[in-house]
Amino acid sequence: MTNEGARQRIGFGLLLAATLLVVLPVLAIIVLIVTKGWSALSLEFLFTMPRDGMRAGGIFPAILGTFVLVLASISFALPIGVMAAVYLSEYAKDNLLTRIINLAIINLAGVSSVVFGLFGLSLFVVFLRFGVSILSGALTLGIMTLPVIITTTREALRAVPKSYREVSFSLGASRWQTIRHSVLPFATPGILTGAILSIGRVAGETAPILFTVAAFYLPKLPHSLGDQVMALPYHLYIATTQIPGVPENYRYGTALVLVGLVLIMNIAATRIRSRFRRKR
Amino acid sequence: MSAKIKVERLNLWYGAFHALIDVGLSVREKAITSLIGPSGCGKSTLLRCLNRMNDLIDDVRIEGSVRIDGQDIYAGTSAPTALRKKVGMVFQRPNPFPLSVYENIAFGPKVHHLAKADEMDDIVEDSLKAVHLWDELKDRLDENALALSLEQKQRLCIARLAAVRSEVLLMDEPCSALDPLATLRIEELMRYLRSDYTILIVTHNMQQAARVSDDTGFMLLGELIEFGRTTDIFTRPQDKRTEDYITGRFG
Repeated sequence: MTNEGARQRIGFGLLLAATLLVVLPVLAIIVLIVTKGWSALSLEFLFTMPRDGMRAGGIFPAILGTFVLVLASISFALPIGVMAAVYLSEYAKDNLLTRIINLAIINLAGVSSVVFGLFGLSLFVVFLRFGVSILSGALTLGIMTLPVIITTTREALRAVPKSYREVSFSLGASRWQTIRHSVLPFATPGILTGAILSIGRVAGETAPILFTVAAFYLPKLPHSLGDQVMALPYHLYIATTQIPGVPENYRYGTALVLVGLVLIMNIAATRIRSRFRRKR
Repeated sequence: MSAKIKVERLNLWYGAFHALIDVGLSVREKAITSLIGPSGCGKSTLLRCLNRMNDLIDDVRIEGSVRIDGQDIYAGTSAPTALRKKVGMVFQRPNPFPLSVYENIAFGPKVHHLAKADEMDDIVEDSLKAVHLWDELKDRLDENALALSLEQKQRLCIARLAAVRSEVLLMDEPCSALDPLATLRIEELMRYLRSDYTILIVTHNMQQAARVSDDTGFMLLGELIEFGRTTDIFTRPQDKRTEDYITGRFG
């Protein structure tokens, strides 16, 4: 009996240790970024253009650029991803084509982000002549997040009880009406989870935007989807490696803003999601 | 009374499994017909043929004819959506949508474009009145239907069918999730609804079949063994197997 108790305590301790091992690095990162970057935060830092060869002034263009890229890529990837997931989970039969599509989605999820960047360069920038622009960057980032959105949407659709579909059909609803009225509304929170996951990914990626949209430095803000933008992760990279003499708190401040921006967008999306949950 | 539903030489296979074998029966209009038999005898499958719910399952093959009001429901020209509006189904587990009481009733009329927005209130009221829920729920229309009691949920599911003006109600063990008193009240409701609807009920409960139905069919291993007036089936069964079943020798 005591033996069992001791074993249980050891097992419990191991599980707790594993959990702490996961949490500790996250805490460490946050503490590091906040302590080193906090002093850089100011209204000037957040809302003005860089000065002195990006060694002083603000990072507003990079913040705006990342925000725009997130918005543009999600508004491209979310509808397409959701539609694809609805097709795959509600319409597609289990045949060779479906299996090939599934395989493609899994593989798409495994492709490294720099390959997406090269792909975006050759397809959007060069072949479709969108140039190095927000459009090219957002499409590249969107394609990169499609597997996440499709997978989470399919899970969300699968989690809607079969009985809802059955009742809907039994009341004479067509397949589309059933999906529209008795499946999608109940899957919306889950679908938004996919969108939330994508926000972080899109905001943080450097490689896909490297060749497709990101600018080293721009003296003015973008006006259209055809313009280049600065973006936080790329800006952080160049400030750390390409420009000598950038103050440390400026670099960590940029990282802090990036993390903070993702956090704010996630909170906003989570709020929208919980509103959907309450409505149901 | 005329036959509302006529089933002839109906055969159904789930893959290689022959689930319904040469079933034929005719269901009288505005009467209650019950189907009894042990689990797996095909009574629910037969029920689901009448509103083509079996279409949703892969690997089902159906032969024979089912005519409702003289129309073959499996003919190429019939749309399952129109059929299911006319032939509604009540399931074993009460299954309201996790929406408000009002939205549950409004779902069907919306899907079939039966009502303008200003008519919907009347439809909801009439449908709830038809199942004697209006007085209980008229102040709770915005409440989530999942908060209702099981009996109220099942009544709500029946009200949903009233809202699309179904003519036939297929009830698949509608009381098996309910307590005995709620069961009696649902049976009372069925007798009340009989003046407007043709009702088919699948039940495990022989007393229920005896209490509530006008006609009874006994099924065994995919065959309809005997079909006739309920009083005849329960007092003078023609087939030995029917007699064994209703006297409780098996099942």
